[in-house]
Amino acid sequence: MRSFTYNKADDVAAAVQEVSANQEAKFIAGGTNLLDLMKIDVMKPRHLIDITHLALKTIEETEDGGLRLGALATNADTAYNEQVEKRYPLLSHAILAGATGQLRNMATDGGNLLQRTRCYYFYDTDTPCNKREPGSGCSAIKGYNRDLAILGTSEYCIATHPSDMAVALAALEAKIRVTGPDGDRVIPIAEFHRLPGDTPHIDSNLQPNEIITAIDLPAKGFANHYTYMKLRDRASYAFALVSVAAALEMDGDTIKEARIALGGVAHKPWRLPAAEAMLSDQKATKENFRMVAEAYLEGAKGYGHNDFKIELAKRAVVRALQQALEMEVKS
Amino acid sequence: MIGNQTGKPVNRVDGRLKVTGGAKYAAEFTAPNMAYGFVVNSKIAKGKIKSIDTSKALALDGVLEVFTHENRPGYVWGDKNYQDKDSPPGSPFRPLYDNEVQFSMQPIALVVAETYELARYGAILVEVEYENYSFDTDFEKNIKQAYIPEKYKSSKPPEPWGNPDEALANAAVKIEAEYSHPSEHHNPIEMHASLAIWEEGGKLTVYDKIQGVQNSQQYIANAFGMQQEDVHVISPFVGGAFGSGLRPQYQLFLAVLAARELKRPVKVVLTRQQMFSFGHRPKTVQKFALGADTDGKLKAVQHDAFGETSKFEDYSENVVIWPGVLYNCDNVKVSHKLVALDVYTPLDMRAPGGTTGIYGLECAIDELAYKAGVDPLEFRKMNYSEKDQNEGKPFSSKELRECYRQGAEKFGWEKRSLEPRSMKEGHNLIGWGFAQGAWEATQKQAAAKAVLTTDGKLTVSCATADIGTGTYTVMSQIAAETVGLPLEDVTFKLGDSSLPKSPLQGGSWTVSSVGSAVKLVCDKVREKLLQLAQQVANSPLANATLDDVNIEDGKISLKNDPAKAVTIKEALVQSQGKSIEENVSSEPVEGQQKYSPYAHSATFVEVKVDEDLGTVKVTRVVSAIAGGRIINPKTARSQILGGVVWGIGAAMEEETVMDNNLGRFMNHDLDKYHVPVNADVHDIEVIFVEEKDDHVNPLGAKGLGEIGIVSVAPAIANAIFHATGKRVRELPITLDKLL
Ligand SMILES: Cc1cc2nc3c(=O)[nH]c(=O)nc-3n(C[C@H](O)[C@H](O)[C@H](O)COP(=O)(O)OP(=O)(O)OC[C@H]3O[C@@H](n4cnc5c(N)ncnc54)[C@H](O)[C@@H]3O)c2cc1C
Ligand code: SF4
Repeated sequence: MRSFTYNKADDVAAAVQEVSANQEAKFIAGGTNLLDLMKIDVMKPRHLIDITHLALKTIEETEDGGLRLGALATNADTAYNEQVEKRYPLLSHAILAGATGQLRNMATDGGNLLQRTRCYYFYDTDTPCNKREPGSGCSAIKGYNRDLAILGTSEYCIATHPSDMAVALAALEAKIRVTGPDGDRVIPIAEFHRLPGDTPHIDSNLQPNEIITAIDLPAKGFANHYTYMKLRDRASYAFALVSVAAALEMDGDTIKEARIALGGVAHKPWRLPAAEAMLSDQKATKENFRMVAEAYLEGAKGYGHNDFKIELAKRAVVRALQQALEMEVKS
Repeated sequence: MIGNQTGKPVNRVDGRLKVTGGAKYAAEFTAPNMAYGFVVNSKIAKGKIKSIDTSKALALDGVLEVFTHENRPGYVWGDKNYQDKDSPPGSPFRPLYDNEVQFSMQPIALVVAETYELARYGAILVEVEYENYSFDTDFEKNIKQAYIPEKYKSSKPPEPWGNPDEALANAAVKIEAEYSHPSEHHNPIEMHASLAIWEEGGKLTVYDKIQGVQNSQQYIANAFGMQQEDVHVISPFVGGAFGSGLRPQYQLFLAVLAARELKRPVKVVLTRQQMFSFGHRPKTVQKFALGADTDGKLKAVQHDAFGETSKFEDYSENVVIWPGVLYNCDNVKVSHKLVALDVYTPLDMRAPGGTTGIYGLECAIDELAYKAGVDPLEFRKMNYSEKDQNEGKPFSSKELRECYRQGAEKFGWEKRSLEPRSMKEGHNLIGWGFAQGAWEATQKQAAAKAVLTTDGKLTVSCATADIGTGTYTVMSQIAAETVGLPLEDVTFKLGDSSLPKSPLQGGSWTVSSVGSAVKLVCDKVREKLLQLAQQVANSPLANATLDDVNIEDGKISLKNDPAKAVTIKEALVQSQGKSIEENVSSEPVEGQQKYSPYAHSATFVEVKVDEDLGTVKVTRVVSAIAGGRIINPKTARSQILGGVVWGIGAAMEEETVMDNNLGRFMNHDLDKYHVPVNADVHDIEVIFVEEKDDHVNPLGAKGLGEIGIVSVAPAIANAIFHATGKRVRELPITLDKLL
């Protein structure tokens, strides 16, 4: 681990100023991802700005009837928040499907969005990896790629985004509030993470000098029909091979609106509104679910070890929608 | 021995120390003025180090030295000097010997600094230029070059018997199948660590993570040209090892080298990633051709194993002895070849050879039973071995039938239908599987010392280890029972090279070997005690022999008149302030060679497999064990539970994956190398059947460290077949293989 300097930021403005002044500075929140990566020399900030004392921990209602999650609310506090559990149980379940109790107590909502890929090679500085070291090559494409992406990949990188929370946020159409030197802006979750393209070292559209202050959830929470399904190599404490956040709004046995986001398959949560729309005003049948599953996986490409994900993802979409449909509607 | 201590589910005597942090592991020891070493590992799999630039690391304030092949001191570099008590035939790896790289992640430098953080930082700054050679790491590609080693590390595969080719050709029912078991790394919770303290006058004290302190002692003495007496190795607690601590690992060599050169204590602790840079369970492929008659009588077995080894040592394990141990068959032919790769030498891992061999055999037998249309358990009963066919000897005892009976009853096996895919619950297919196993119950030579002081406190010692198996507890129980003292008055000492000689702790022979020595030395103390008791004025025991008395609860009393007694304390008064001190060296019991000693297991498993998604849940396991006399049912049960849990991991999760482009194991951390978590583990029932064994050793106990794992993975694989009708012949059975 390289040595670094450290400072506690007093407020958002100071934090932004500090990070803008130093290209080698990084925010540290829960530290559950950043510190791991620093210890193995994958991330090498020279300066850490501790933001854990900023007043960004609250979870409160927004004016338009939605809910605002402070960027520094912990994953645990978010998942067990009464409002989140009642109105956005999909999000609560997704968070609880990730990591462990200890980690969720430390991990923050902002940090969760910015956690980095779990690609084997990204973690091993003795191997080529374009994301870690642009231009060095991608070891995974012709190497071991069981966990890696099947959608939206490029010849430079086939990594996935590992977050569970982000997948639920994508289905819920959350908005990310950020503050930079030029003031505040809002980034829809769909535009927050990027595809790797030829710049896989850039994970998101957040600028290096911007800070996440909150995550806004719209009023609609799909609390009656939802499922977060996470398929992985053991029953807990593993990242998703494929995950599905599914939500339905029903009118009798007709679907009014469907939301589907996939995790573990791409460099960002994978959501296709056009494909979701195929289910609007349709009957909730297995055939229709399979149809939308096929549409979601159109163009998917396997790299050998991960070929199975294509069929697995389709089956997972169908099962998740069935589960969402069949769940007992709470009054 | 009448059990007043043994046979009881006594809590671990070291339990309190462990849960309060009082138990110290190798990495936790410190010494004044201690420096820290951090290892730099090779990036390439094979080649030469063209240059190694340590200047940037050395420029850091607080970095003391960077040891490489260029500046390492000249000690004794003949490779014989690097052989240890568990070395396979060949030329052992010598850290920093020269500029040659033989495997990926080979240690190539040690950065020593005032703090751990600084040493780790320095390690990043070491710049290495390599010359790359082409390498062989692809097992499948290299299987064509498999060879019979000049010498096996394990026992030589038995010669064929009967007429296997003909019997196979004529068999009415036949199967041919190939089973593959991946490489696995040990991954104990405690990382390998050594602290070497160099003392004035050339003596050395070392705290090491090791399954046998005297192995480290001998290794250091040989490799550094020292007198064995000048090397003192201490290892009071081991946080799991599973075989990874059988051989001294490179951090030990490097810590000693640095301490000796710098004349100050040096501690080297490996990281989790570095735990993937040395020994591992070898990848093993097994080919079976089995034949039976239409009733399910086994007629022919052909079993050919191919095991991974390194290019510098011929590692082998007992993969193909199991047909001869587990089945009665007149025509058997086995072979074991090695596939040498550019990797570090494989290393014994819990039930080496058994875990792999029994997995393959028990799955192949299941296939054959199905082909013959016979219930898999019935098939085993029909082909039950009454003797070890490899050795042509009767078993010292074998209550496997009783395991079948009690296990099947507890599990409800008789309700099973033979048909695969015959049980379903919602999306889940339910399957029931069976497998049996065995593990050798050997006894090795071991020594022990006992000291009974006049206050009635007994200390027994031997240089063995407690790798979490409960050695401290079980030895204390044996000693307390033999001498007739309460458990609290007994202390057992281990993990110190100055104590009486011990074999390595491995192979499930510790209770058998060290336990027998403890029993023997305590028997001598008993004798002395009776003599002293007879010297008490008007002793009621004056004419008694050892057979006439009971020694328990601190008293020596006549069996036929217990009121006539002398307390141990009274007896000790007669020794005039002198302690009773006894030493023994115990050899395997006479006549043992006439028998084949094995522990046995029968494992019944229920799985639920999601038909669409391929996810598997092991919902129930019943494991029935015939392990001789059970000294402590609680620690014994823990061993079996651990074996079952590992079996779940082996069946469904564990695999170290080789990237053949880089020649490197790629999933080298616990995020990507999966072992079971609590959520993977459901109902486990452990049964110990009664088994009396007068031949195996004086205790009649067989050791339980390994028998618990061997039949679990095949039982799970067989249950998955029963659930799905799909035979997956390659571990781990991950969900993609069931889609
Ligand atoms: C063993 C393990 C298992 C895990 N399993 C899962 C899992 O199954 N599913 C899952 O989804 N996750 C999992 N995680 C990841 C975990 O959820 C993330 O590590 C965590 O959410 C990161 O949050 P943090 O606050 O600790 O971020 P940090 O590590 O502090 O920061 C991460 C990154 O975000 C930046 N950052 C943090 N906050 C802000 C902000 N407000 N504005 C701008 N930048 C910011 C930091 O600069 C840094 O680059 C696991 C982690 C571990 C260690
Ligand atoms: S997939 Fe991306 S992260 Fe993985 S090796 Fe390739 S470039 Fe690196």
